[in-house]
Amino acid sequence: MHVPPELLYTKTHEWAKRDPQEIVVGITAHAQEELRDVVFVELPKVGKVVKPGEPAAVIESVKAAFDIYAPVSGTISRVNDAVAKAPQLVNQDCYSKGWLFAITPSVPEDVSRLLSPDEYTKQIQTATH
Amino acid sequence: MDYAPNTDDQRQEMLRAIGVSSFEELINAVPVELHQRSLHAPHGLAEAQVLELCGALAARNQSLTDLTSFLGAGQYHHLIPTVVDAIASRGEWLTPYTPYQAEAGQGTLQAIYEFQTMVCELMQMEVANASLYDGASSTAEAVILSLRATEQPRVLLSEALHPHAREVIATYLIGANAIVQEIPAVNGVTDLEALGKALRDDVACVVMQQPNVFGCLEPMAQAGELAHKVGALFVSSVYPISLGLLQPPGAYGADIAVAEGRCLGTPISYGGPGLGLFTTTSALLRKIPGRLAGCTVDHAGRRGFTLTLQTREQHIRREKATSNICTNEGLIALRATVFMSLLGPEGLKEMATLNLEKAHYAHERLRDVSWLRPAFEQSFFNEFTLQCDDAVDIEVVNRTLAKADIIGGFPLKSWYPSMPHASLWCATEVLSQDAIDRAVDALKKAV
Amino acid sequence: MADPLIFERSVPGRRGYRLPPSDTPSRPPADMLPADQQRATPPQWPEVAEFDVVRHYTRLSQLNFSVDTHFYPLGSCTMKYNPKVNERVAALPGFAWIHPLQPASQVQGVLELLHGLEQLLCAITGMAAFTLQPAAGAQGELTGLKIVAAYHKRKRRTRSTILIPDSAHGTNPASAALSGFSVVQLKSGPDGLIDLKEFKSKLNRDVAALMLTNPNTLGLFEYNIKTIAALLHEQDALVYMDGANMNALLGISRPGDMGVDLLQLNLHKTFSTPHGGGGPGAGPVGVAKALEDFLPVPRVRKRGTRFAWETRSRATVGRVHGWFGNIGVLVRAYAYIRALGREGLMRASETAIINANYLKAKLQETYPVPFHQSCLHEFVASAKPLKAHGVTAGDVAKRLLDYGFYAPTVYFPLIVEEALMIEPTETESKETLDQFIEALLRIAEEAKTNPELVRRAPQRMPVDRLDEVKAAREPNLRWMKPAQSIVHSR
Repeated sequence: MHVPPELLYTKTHEWAKRDPQEIVVGITAHAQEELRDVVFVELPKVGKVVKPGEPAAVIESVKAAFDIYAPVSGTISRVNDAVAKAPQLVNQDCYSKGWLFAITPSVPEDVSRLLSPDEYTKQIQTATH
Repeated sequence: MDYAPNTDDQRQEMLRAIGVSSFEELINAVPVELHQRSLHAPHGLAEAQVLELCGALAARNQSLTDLTSFLGAGQYHHLIPTVVDAIASRGEWLTPYTPYQAEAGQGTLQAIYEFQTMVCELMQMEVANASLYDGASSTAEAVILSLRATEQPRVLLSEALHPHAREVIATYLIGANAIVQEIPAVNGVTDLEALGKALRDDVACVVMQQPNVFGCLEPMAQAGELAHKVGALFVSSVYPISLGLLQPPGAYGADIAVAEGRCLGTPISYGGPGLGLFTTTSALLRKIPGRLAGCTVDHAGRRGFTLTLQTREQHIRREKATSNICTNEGLIALRATVFMSLLGPEGLKEMATLNLEKAHYAHERLRDVSWLRPAFEQSFFNEFTLQCDDAVDIEVVNRTLAKADIIGGFPLKSWYPSMPHASLWCATEVLSQDAIDRAVDALKKAV
Repeated sequence: MADPLIFERSVPGRRGYRLPPSDTPSRPPADMLPADQQRATPPQWPEVAEFDVVRHYTRLSQLNFSVDTHFYPLGSCTMKYNPKVNERVAALPGFAWIHPLQPASQVQGVLELLHGLEQLLCAITGMAAFTLQPAAGAQGELTGLKIVAAYHKRKRRTRSTILIPDSAHGTNPASAALSGFSVVQLKSGPDGLIDLKEFKSKLNRDVAALMLTNPNTLGLFEYNIKTIAALLHEQDALVYMDGANMNALLGISRPGDMGVDLLQLNLHKTFSTPHGGGGPGAGPVGVAKALEDFLPVPRVRKRGTRFAWETRSRATVGRVHGWFGNIGVLVRAYAYIRALGREGLMRASETAIINANYLKAKLQETYPVPFHQSCLHEFVASAKPLKAHGVTAGDVAKRLLDYGFYAPTVYFPLIVEEALMIEPTETESKETLDQFIEALLRIAEEAKTNPELVRRAPQRMPVDRLDEVKAAREPNLRWMKPAQSIVHSR
């Protein structure tokens, strides 16, 4: 399972990428595979205030819906309109074209609570065994 | 009469196969203290006895088919082509469940898809669902959708929205954080000035009815515009047959349009089953309550139909579902589909025109009755409100008319205590000129 | 070739129904309707002949499996035979063509029937009073939860939680949420029943009610229901029973005796009214004496020998239906209950239970049943052993269609892996059950010898498996007229 080393992760299978001004968020390859065919992505409104552990977006397959949690506190700064139009991008390219939303963080230390690539890899390995 | 085919011998054989000696062993899982000793119900009946019993009960009801009736007020008597019953009584339509296994329910699914298309066309709206329970609960679901979509708490209901719809909305909103505010009607129509004043940023939706409960035509376009100015949704409750002539909700910018669709091919049956029509814009598609049938292809590339966007629904989303609805009004929707196919655009227009003409004829003739006069000077479709002289009690008059098998206008005072002398009169295509004339004569003699 | 849509049969100018000519003086609509209120373009409904409609909808009907044509063991849906006589009764003009605003004196027959039906439902369930207004089971649940909310409000306290077992039908949590409650899920115990320990740990002063299905969706009777009810009552919390599975209990056990405070019945399940491809149903709600005042209005009352509607009630939750409920459905259910009578009702549940246990006994070696006690009217088996061959419960369901059987409910309840929820009902004969058993055993064989056959099923239906991903990604929910250019070129 691909777990890019430059990203941080959550227990709930989101990845977070640190950019200078914002945190970009998507779901991991592991989550994408579990979900199977993504048919719909509901993105938050730009400007929405989010907190860790609170649902910020929803990803749907044919027979299931999954909440996507904000990895850090902050304000939604951008959303990926392309993925709203073509939800299959989440399946095809979850770490790049299939990103979901970006957050302008308000609590810098939130990042320190995220999982490292190693920690996340360990988590999905224990979960599947 | 019971309908269980297995004989006693077969039951014994099956119990042996299960590995128990008696039926009682099978219900050991029910604690003894909860075993029922006796069932206080009458003995069973043969089919002929059922028909006799129920026939006698039915005979104690006076059917509209034997009366001259001016009753409407939300339930209208319309013709039903014979074909509707012939099709809808087929077991293949009558006895399946909701088509969860699409491959074994293509008939139902294609019919729902056709229904959705025809309802969209009727309303000139972008999306229609597979039906809700009735017009009133559709209106309540429209309010709930509006509260969620706008995240605002205030709901503005026209006072000229059917009182039963307003009551159902109130019940549905128990436990919700919503504020319901009524907008008064002036001279039979919603007061736009009052509406304008009530429209603030915290309004989720404005709900109005066309034609309204008094039969009057509302300024829907202006009201919708006012609602949109503050970002509120505009919900329109309409009467399907009137749309043969009247502007459809999509033409005046309604965000959600609902209706009691029972009039499209199903008998009144004392008010139920109804048929909740629910339509909206593509923008609100993902928030729509109830089932949706969609067109897709099978693995061989053939066109086929399936229930879709089910993640909105209770069986998947549970407490986060857009609604709790499961069973809807499938067979009544099928009846409406057959009805709409038979009528076609011309038939609908003709039916609507007959209603308009009969009602305007009745309106004109009833004005001849010295103690009756129009309550409002407003345009109407097939229903209108009359006012009687203070000295006349319309309920007493109606009792006199009943002796001549005529049901007069519905006294509005139970719904609007401030209108003690008003009554609501409706004429559809089933009323003949002759029947109207006879009723007018009877009214003249009644006082 | 798939059947065309009715729109594709349309020919401009064709008519399917003629209205009688006007007998009142004709006037142009413009004299009566202001121009800005008039419709500009007619709806694009099909233009077809009467016979086109008859052939089209007859052909479409033949694409359906239905109770009349196929065994329909759909768990929790009680797909029993729908007696034809009930259709005849409901169509009598004295029921079909009466108006809800006719004075009570003109509709004594229907009022007597509704009153009688309430009495019968009280006798069957042991509840004190019923409302017949809710139009389906889920609306019954909603009505019940509004009553729960009103009850606590009247006692001037906030109770915000509804306890719901994890085996519950999805309508339960959805109805609770719609009434402003938050849902706390109860994990089922190892026997498939409510786990008393788990229940006690979640029971507190914030609990408004427990919502449980009895027998539950596994077809198992909640053995501790009386204890559970007593514990709830100690906290003045209520017991709501989802009566969707009442077909197991007729004459066997009464919810009223179990400590249940409210329940809904699904007349389209237990009381044989046709499902109509998804309704109409009816979901009457029964309550204990203490809750009677909260029932929706209007309520039918008997005064001497006359019947009338009572519209006023101080504590009522209000109305849930535009009129009095799905009368046509209520009439059918009344006719059914009177036809069966006490012996027939008891025999119905007995036979339904025997049929279910017979299927279970014959199938459980191949399709394990995770909970061992005797089931009542339905049971949940698992297709898990077939997974080794790459065959799922969904595949088994599809393959059953090829054998001429509708499928059981699959993947529900969520607590059983690869669930097949099977409810035969009492109206199926032993011969049909034996054929069904044979088909399921053969499919298990096929899964071993020719799994591809099962995975690719169905093959004998009008369409193969449908592309549900496409349906959801590119929603096509209505027909559109093809662009003019592709219509004709000759």
